[in-house]
Amino acid sequence: MSSQNPKMKAYWRKNLQTLFILLIIWFVVSFGCGILFVDQLNAFHLGEFKLGFWFAQQGSIFVFVILIFVYVVRMNRLDREFDVDEE
Amino acid sequence: MEILTWTYILVGISFALYIGIAIWTRAGSTHEFYIAGGGVSPLANGMATAADWMSAASFISMAGIISFSGYDGSVYLMGWTGGYVLLALLLAPYLRKFGKFTVPDFVGDRYYSNTAKVVAVICALFISFTYVAGQMRGVGIVFSRYLEVPIEWGVVFGMCIVFFYAVLGGMKGITYTQVAQYCVLIFAYMVPAIFISMQLTGNPIPQLGLGGTLADGSPLLAKLDGVLTELGFAAYTSGRKSITDMFMITLALMVGTAGLPHVIVRFFTVPRVKDARLSAGYALVFIAILYTTAPAIAAFGIYNTIESTSEKKISELPAWISTWEKTNLIAVDDKNGDGKVQYVGDPARNELSIDRDVMVLASPEIAQLPNWVVGLVAAGGMAAALSTAAGLLLVISTSVSRDLFKTFHPDISEKKELRIARIAAGCAVVLAGYFGVNPPGFVAEVVAFAFGLAAASFFPVIIMGIFSSRINKEGAISGMITGLIFTVGYIVYFKFISPESNNVDHWLFGISPEGIGSIGMILNFVACITVSKFTPAPPQAVQDMVQEIRIPRGAGKAQDH
Repeated sequence: MSSQNPKMKAYWRKNLQTLFILLIIWFVVSFGCGILFVDQLNAFHLGEFKLGFWFAQQGSIFVFVILIFVYVVRMNRLDREFDVDEE
Repeated sequence: MEILTWTYILVGISFALYIGIAIWTRAGSTHEFYIAGGGVSPLANGMATAADWMSAASFISMAGIISFSGYDGSVYLMGWTGGYVLLALLLAPYLRKFGKFTVPDFVGDRYYSNTAKVVAVICALFISFTYVAGQMRGVGIVFSRYLEVPIEWGVVFGMCIVFFYAVLGGMKGITYTQVAQYCVLIFAYMVPAIFISMQLTGNPIPQLGLGGTLADGSPLLAKLDGVLTELGFAAYTSGRKSITDMFMITLALMVGTAGLPHVIVRFFTVPRVKDARLSAGYALVFIAILYTTAPAIAAFGIYNTIESTSEKKISELPAWISTWEKTNLIAVDDKNGDGKVQYVGDPARNELSIDRDVMVLASPEIAQLPNWVVGLVAAGGMAAALSTAAGLLLVISTSVSRDLFKTFHPDISEKKELRIARIAAGCAVVLAGYFGVNPPGFVAEVVAFAFGLAAASFFPVIIMGIFSSRINKEGAISGMITGLIFTVGYIVYFKFISPESNNVDHWLFGISPEGIGSIGMILNFVACITVSKFTPAPPQAVQDMVQEIRIPRGAGKAQDH
């Protein structure tokens, strides 16, 4: 199957859009909330946790897990939509 | 029963289990030896990846490192989990579609060059050897501490076990053994954590206990901040490293994780592209269970240690202190002769020194758990070290038999290739064992190497190979070499040539050698793109291959084309 045709281009563009959005979230929760803005976030509390500290040691990891599963679901749907899924 | 008896029983049972699995799943073809026949279910592969990835350092040392560095320890937590997002989104599905056996395979084909392939093999071998020596040492240490045998005997025994199932079973044997090892290690890690969390905060879930309140009603983390500052240490929840350095180390660890050959190769073992995506997700779930528990063990451990030692009479210290004093992991030195322990930030007055490994190794005793739990932790540490060692040995043997030997002797028979792979695995076990018994003084130093190298060499070329069809072999080779030379040069300078200047005043932009792989990676990208721009585009067949790997359909089983 040629991947140069418009349909495959559209598939790849949607794939890149998905990656872009998920990687922005990936960056914001770890480098953003956990490192760059940790002091500002530490002014807030989540239960007994300082918020920035919680993102650095717990929250970012939970978000990472969610991101991968969102990616899995989204890509499976995209594969079916463009008829490139596996049997 | 005695602790020692329990340890022998539990470690013995776990070893018997691994050997049994190895015999049951031994490999008959190169296809099974390299990638377990390509038929591993995503769930099993996720578990195997988690065990493969979590080494003796994750199991034994990481919680202790966080205990003594507080917020700064977050670089390991985020760095060693965030890499899986990159792996799942940017690498695993496409490499699975590409459908061969190794990372150098991909580099060689995508960049139509044996030179690029050989550079990749050298990187893979260097990264894997660095790592495996540390694992063998880990096995030896667990043996010597729990089973009271000399470290050398522990290493030799560990070598025999790994030899048995890695050489016999190849990837197939390793995969199913790692599934069992994951179960052993996670159970061993969680049991003490849950009990300590209940004792301290009344909450059985350690992740919540970390943010819980102590019996006297004060929040654990706030109390810990207060106690540590009072003793002259930095507050637990605040940072000591600069933001730049935190950022760069985290980035280097994340990207390095995504570029480690023994992790990438695991995604070749599943049947379909969608399974590769899913199993990266499962792998991170299994890893996250341990990685979100570690900071809780860290905080509980340092709090318990201070509570039970600070300003206490030396004669009335709890029993576990003297147990671990025997192994030299804890030392008490009554400098001012007042008969009490002063644990303070000022090194001249501090009377208690604690090795970071104690936080996990002694956790069952600190929580006064039954003796069998101690044996369980020993079996868990062993499982973590053995599973990682086996995964690395397989990368080494595959690199030798397939990427080096077969590339230059393409017509050898499968039987012969399999024999070479087994001999290479055998030699690698012996060499790793040698380094485990006689660790070169720089083992700890070169850990930064492994991640820095993976980040600065593999990651950019693989990403560019998938997401751009214009990058050519000239670009890839110059990128890898630029990234490597810069990163190796920087680390060698600060770790070996001029260790006395290894401080923030001399670092480039304030980036420590641990984080320099990030800059190496950026240089690799820049060189790769620039050189490709001024040299001819790759042949049409390669450009078509790039288009092809972007589409999941038609992955089929990984095979020789």
